[in-house]
Amino acid sequence: MKQYLLAVQIDESAPPESEEDVQAQMARTGKVTEEMKAAGSWVFVGGLQHSHASTVVQPSGAMTDGPFAETKEQLGGFWVIQVEDLDQALAWAEKCAQACGQPIEVRPFDDGSRR
Amino acid sequence: MDIDDVYRAEYGRCVATLTRLLGDIGLAEEAVQDAFAVAVQNWDELPPNPGAWIVTTARNRAIDRLRRESTREARHAEALLLHQSDEPEEEVGPVRDDQLRMMFTCCHPALSPLAQTALTLRLLGGLEVGEIARAYLVPEATIAQRIVRAKKKIRDAGIPYKVPDDADLPDRLASVLTVLYLVFNEGYTSTSGELVRTGLCLEAVRLARELASLMPDEPEAIGLLALLLLTEARRPARVGPSGELVLLPDQDRSRWNQDLIAEGHELVRRCLRRNQPGPYQLQAAINAVHTDGPATDWSQVLALYDQLMQFTPTPIVALNRAVAVAEVHGPLLALATIEDLELPGYHLLPATRADLLTRLGRTDEAVAAYDEAISLATNDTEREFLQNRRARLAAP
Repeated sequence: MKQYLLAVQIDESAPPESEEDVQAQMARTGKVTEEMKAAGSWVFVGGLQHSHASTVVQPSGAMTDGPFAETKEQLGGFWVIQVEDLDQALAWAEKCAQACGQPIEVRPFDDGSRR
Repeated sequence: MDIDDVYRAEYGRCVATLTRLLGDIGLAEEAVQDAFAVAVQNWDELPPNPGAWIVTTARNRAIDRLRRESTREARHAEALLLHQSDEPEEEVGPVRDDQLRMMFTCCHPALSPLAQTALTLRLLGGLEVGEIARAYLVPEATIAQRIVRAKKKIRDAGIPYKVPDDADLPDRLASVLTVLYLVFNEGYTSTSGELVRTGLCLEAVRLARELASLMPDEPEAIGLLALLLLTEARRPARVGPSGELVLLPDQDRSRWNQDLIAEGHELVRRCLRRNQPGPYQLQAAINAVHTDGPATDWSQVLALYDQLMQFTPTPIVALNRAVAVAEVHGPLLALATIEDLELPGYHLLPATRADLLTRLGRTDEAVAAYDEAISLATNDTEREFLQNRRARLAAP
C-alpha cells in the first residue's frame, strides 16, 4: 500500500461562492470521503483557511506573514489516502476534482523505502 | 542473425520480463545489460533461444548482485524474485504479456508526452539514448534526463506495471496508440532536416505489430497497424531520384511495397467485418482506398473523411478532407471548407490553400499562400517542394 496526498488547488483571487454553492460542494466532497472510508482508502481529510491566515516560521525563529509563495493558486484542503498504486490514486483524484470543481495534485508520500 | 540483431529484437522483451521479476525498471535494465555483456564474451554461436538465455542469465546475475547489496530496495527485489521463481534453475523466457504491461507503463498519461515517447523507444525498442536524441534532434543530455526522470517518477509515484482495468482501458490504450502513431509520423515526415527517418518508422511498425498481436480484440490497435503498414508501403515512392518529395498522384506505384499493402488491406477488411469503427481504422481505410487499384476512388475517400470528422472533428482532419472535397466537388468548394480553419504555424494549411488557389487560376493569392507555407515549413525536402511549386507559378 502507498499513501498519497490529494491536494485541492484553489484560486484565492476568484470571487467567493454563494453559501448555497459552498453547501452543495461540501455535500459532494463529504460523499467522496464516505466512499473512501467504505473502500478502506481513507486516512485523513481537512479543509484549510485561506492563506491570509498563514504564517511562515524560519529555522532562525524569524516569522513572516503569509504562505510560502505569494501566488493566487493556493492549497485549499487535502485528503490523504492509502491505495495500491497511482492508478487507484488517480481514480480517487478524479472523483475529488469533480466534487470540488477544482484541480487536484496527486503527490506520493515518501515512505523511505528508496533510500 | 548476430548478437546485434538479438539485442534489437529481444532487449525490450527481456527488460519487460525482468521488470516484473524485479519490480524495478532500473534494476531490470542493468540485469539485461549484464546478461548481454556475458553473451558477447561467451556466445561462439547463438543459443537455440537467445531471449530465454538472456532472461535466465539476467535473472541469475540480478540475484547475485542483489545478494551482495544490502539496501532495502535490493532486499525487496530479491524477495520478489525468489517468491516468483519456485524453480530457479529452470530456464525462463520473456513473457509476452510483460511487453504489454511495459507499453502501458511507458505511455502512462502521468508522464509527459516526450517522456512517454522516449521511454517507449528506449525500453521497448531498445534504441540507445543517442539514437533517440538524433531522431528528435534534441541534445542527448535532454533525452537522457527525460528518461531518468520518467523512470524515477514511475518508481516513486507508484505507476503500476500492469494492463489497466477495463474501465481505464479505452483511454489508456488511446495513449499507447498515440505514442506509436507519433513515433511513426516523426519518422515519416521529420519536423526538421531530412524527410524520412527510416529507423523510427520501422520501430513504430514493429511495436504496432506487437500491440496488435497482444490485443487482437482491440479494433483500434489493428486499425493503427493497418494505417502504419499502408503508409510505410508507399515510403519508397515518396522520395524521387534527387531526394525530392513526390506526392501521391505522381508516385510510381510499382515502387510500393505490395506485401505490406496486402497485409494492410487484409487488416482493414478484418476491421470492416468487426464493424466497430474508430479514428485509426478509418484512416487505415482511407489509405486502403489510396492503395487499391491504379487510381484513388476519391468519392470513397471523401465518405470516409466524413465519417472520420464525426469521431475527430479536428482542423487537421478537416484540412485533409478538403483535399478529397477538391477531387470530388472541385477546388472552389474545397477552399470554402478550409477558410475558417485555425492551425497556427502549420505549413500544410497555406500549402493546401496555395494548391487550391493555383487550380482556380488565382495566381497572386496562390503565390502569397506559398510564401506563407515556405516560411512555416521546417523540413528541408518539403520546403524545396513548395519553393519549386511557387517558382513554377511565378514564371512568366
